[in-house]
Amino acid sequence: MNNLLNSLRGIGAHVIDGIWRMGVATRFFLMTLLQSGQSFRRFHLIIREIFSAGVLSLIIILVSGLFVGMVLGLQGYETLQTYGSEEALGVLVSLSLVRELGPVVAALLFASRAGSAITAEIGLMKATEQLAAMEMMAVDPVARVVAPRFWGAVISMPILAALFSAMGILGGYLVGVVLIGVDEGAFWSQMQAAVDFREDILNGVIKSVVFGVAVTAIALFEGYDAPPTAEGVSRATTRTVVTSSLAILGLDFILTAFMFRGV
Amino acid sequence: MSDNLIEIRDLSFAYRERLVLKGINLSARRGQVVAIMGISGGGKTTLLRLIGGALRPTSGVLNVDGVDMSHLDRDGLYRLRRRMGMLFQFGALFTDMSVFDNVAFPLREHADLPEEMIRDLVLMKLNAVGLRGAHDLMPSELSGGMARRVALARAIALEPSLILYDEPFAGLDPISLGVTGNLIRRLTDTLGVTSIVVTHDIQESLRMVDYVYFVSEGVIAAQGTPDELRASTEPFVHQFVHGEEDGPVPFHYPAPAYADELELAA
Repeated sequence: MNNLLNSLRGIGAHVIDGIWRMGVATRFFLMTLLQSGQSFRRFHLIIREIFSAGVLSLIIILVSGLFVGMVLGLQGYETLQTYGSEEALGVLVSLSLVRELGPVVAALLFASRAGSAITAEIGLMKATEQLAAMEMMAVDPVARVVAPRFWGAVISMPILAALFSAMGILGGYLVGVVLIGVDEGAFWSQMQAAVDFREDILNGVIKSVVFGVAVTAIALFEGYDAPPTAEGVSRATTRTVVTSSLAILGLDFILTAFMFRGV
Repeated sequence: MSDNLIEIRDLSFAYRERLVLKGINLSARRGQVVAIMGISGGGKTTLLRLIGGALRPTSGVLNVDGVDMSHLDRDGLYRLRRRMGMLFQFGALFTDMSVFDNVAFPLREHADLPEEMIRDLVLMKLNAVGLRGAHDLMPSELSGGMARRVALARAIALEPSLILYDEPFAGLDPISLGVTGNLIRRLTDTLGVTSIVVTHDIQESLRMVDYVYFVSEGVIAAQGTPDELRASTEPFVHQFVHGEEDGPVPFHYPAPAYADELELAA
């Protein structure tokens, strides 16, 4: 009986702790939004973060995009050939990338490259008392450190997703048209006819913005909330990648259901 | 204007249920170097954090430069902190900025000055700590003692009336330790600031401070000028000043009887 009560107590404590943490994270997110004014008045702070989160993620995004597009080209050709519609390869590659793979895979890569870096950097700033020093200099770390990183990453995310999709389409073109010999005119013209700006491209951009907000908010909170020890920062970095990845996939399902199935 | 920059009366502070500081009375005159000493976990860093406004007292009076810290809102606290500088244990320099930018940081954040004037001010502050020639270096290129001197230059950038030092001598070699101690004394005298130094280093402290408070188990266990403390026969002060292994502060952490633990009794 005592063991059962202890288990129940443990579960209850775990649930309360989880709810408490959610509350703290929400408050932190709202504070970040409230303190964003200074970042836009001193836009060079955001530009710096666009470089750290966006420009430094370019290599992994572009190379991954190219390979994903090449694989899509190969697999898509094999399937479409069965039905004699290999000319539709451009449509398959572009819609897969613009609607789904571009935003989702770019966000997953962004979480592991830039998200983990943001968490580690802020966690270490906390562990080495840099954030406390800022506070003692009457400078709010949320306004000076957190908000510029938030906006820098949120602005970078849709651009990275667009570049991922563009590289993917190039990869599909290289494999489908240059290597296998699908008709070039059909590849591009069918793509142009089938891809709708609002329905496909805009929805993809909306997805990548939502993923950008989710990944960055998680990365910033985990860093800011990390225990100021080596182990604490390492755990927080791992949590950022795991939580962000799950959030991206969960949010993708919800957004897809609303955008493309009209739920 | 009161003679005392810091005035603490009957101050108590509790973390949740645990009372950490009990009935603290302390004052620091303008232009003085005051040391807060004691064993680890005794409450001295908590006291420093209370003076800096990072924590709020549970009860009692805490006045800094005529401002009651107990009822200060965030804007008021930030206004007061512009008149404070703090030197953290390992400097807490911003690792992504050069030495120059670290010292310029508070000036750029709070003073609307042209960049040429900021440059002159930064070089003056760095010159005061002997590191004008290191202004292009990154924090990773500095030794522990140099990092603390740069942090000291940053702490005095806005010409504060109060500087708080959290363990400024920890981990320093004897030369850096002497240099840091002399700098604290010299800056206090030349800038006319008040310095509060939390430290374990009894010999360096007794050499350069004006007054010492010993905090133990959350209360002021002893206080006095360096000469008074050197001559003190009070067991706690004597043990601390002479670094004795055993005394009122025991060598052994509380534990069951040794023989019982090794099961030798039977």
